[in-house]
Amino acid sequence: MDYFFIGTSLIKIVCLLAFVLGLMNYAVYAERRVSALIQDRLGPNRVGPAGLLQPIADAGKFLLKEQFTPAHVNKLYYWLAPCLAMVPAVITIAVVPFGSTLFGVPMVIADINVGILFVFAIASLGVYGIVLGGWASNSKYPFLGGVRSSSQMISYELSLGLAVIPVFLLVGNLRLTSVVQYQIDHGWLIAPFVGDWTNFGKWLLAIPMFVSFLVFMIAVLAETNRLPFDLPEAEQELAGGYHTEYAAMKFGLFFLGEYIAMITGSGIIVTLFLGGWHFPGIPDGSDGWIFGLINIAVFFAKVAALIFLFMWVRWTLPRFRWDQLMRLGWLFFFEIALVNIFIVAIILIYFHF
Amino acid sequence: MAITVQRPNLNWRERMFLPAIAAGLLITLKHFKNMIFRRTKVTMEYPEEKWDSNLPEHYRGAPALVRDTDGRVRCVACQLCEFICPPRAIKIIPGEISKADRFAKVEKYPEEFDIDMVRCIFCGMCEEVCPEQAIYLRKDYAITGFTREDMMHHKDKLLEIGGVMHGVVLKWNEKK
Repeated sequence: MDYFFIGTSLIKIVCLLAFVLGLMNYAVYAERRVSALIQDRLGPNRVGPAGLLQPIADAGKFLLKEQFTPAHVNKLYYWLAPCLAMVPAVITIAVVPFGSTLFGVPMVIADINVGILFVFAIASLGVYGIVLGGWASNSKYPFLGGVRSSSQMISYELSLGLAVIPVFLLVGNLRLTSVVQYQIDHGWLIAPFVGDWTNFGKWLLAIPMFVSFLVFMIAVLAETNRLPFDLPEAEQELAGGYHTEYAAMKFGLFFLGEYIAMITGSGIIVTLFLGGWHFPGIPDGSDGWIFGLINIAVFFAKVAALIFLFMWVRWTLPRFRWDQLMRLGWLFFFEIALVNIFIVAIILIYFHF
Repeated sequence: MAITVQRPNLNWRERMFLPAIAAGLLITLKHFKNMIFRRTKVTMEYPEEKWDSNLPEHYRGAPALVRDTDGRVRCVACQLCEFICPPRAIKIIPGEISKADRFAKVEKYPEEFDIDMVRCIFCGMCEEVCPEQAIYLRKDYAITGFTREDMMHHKDKLLEIGGVMHGVVLKWNEKK
């Protein structure tokens, strides 16, 4: 037994989980502030300085409310669904490299060689939480939300999967740490400024990579039920969708699961396309623990920037209609991602990367 | 009969929606930026900032009894306000002024004067009807209380809100 490995892994798990849960709470706060600022309001600013204690007040409210179970629901699935919505989102973080090394320990919980497949496998489980929640509620609006969610997630998983294939054509390895290593050596995939950046093929490749990035990001928006694709929980149409019948912490778990999925999704986008924890000019953790910490900070700064982008998009665009959503997924992003693979393959053959 | 709405024919650029999405994002970013740099005028943060100094002259707040410059409560307990009050918020119990008093010729004064602020609708009719210029609507608007009794303004509370009124007709002075 490798006690050092087990011990450091446990510490990493606890720290990362605590940090991500805190980040998620403040993502909710940020969402409210950003939406308010975009709509010329002020947002929550009463609890603590500038409203910074608002997430704690929210969590306290969720925990102290009555754990009410309506009489007409399927009890087992009703209680199971919020956990199923929350857990996959948290598990996915395990394979994301969130830093270089700290005191010689690699800053990734599970550096497995099927990284991205693991992400897809677990992230797809997230749909069960929503579908079960909709089904167990035994009520028509949650049911419609669950049905919408399942079809939407299945449709967009295709473009999600196809959009990352160019990355792995280039890197030649499914391990997420090697994707980051490749970007350190050869420049970020959509902005190759370091490494052999004078190479013309590199810049030509950045164009289909950017298309990939866009398709992947839009698919992540759809997977996490963020706004242009939030049909499963459309408040105006479905009175809240799959979580209409939920209250207190069970609703809270759905809500937080969505935000954690957003953080995880941003983490994967950062890892695949934006260079992970790497920033030009900053050495990695082998040069001292302070740089290890800076690398982690860089990673989460990128994640925060993407989360802001998600929020910005959410408070700008209206919701798609159902048929538009399906047409966009099946007739547009699917084709773009497919053609993109061939373009990248041709560029790779021509320039001998 | 069903009416078919003619959809506009979009060219390929419009059908991509990307320019429209970018334009929308820029608009929201502009609002965000203006809020960050505090260029947008927003709602007042109430308990910290108040509009009090900008209240208009005709603002109708809590009704209050006033004293004149001699320090006399101007109300003569004629009960006109009690009768005119649409929600019947005012209750007056008149008392008699003793013969020895300087203002004995006024004869009556309000022994009790209650305004129920739960009922008051701030219509200002009491002020309008008062022949003695004794009741005024002041600019107090944040009238709160934990019980119904807290919301009852008794005579001393009304006089406290009202204070002294300058520049009114002093028709009960000895000179007149």
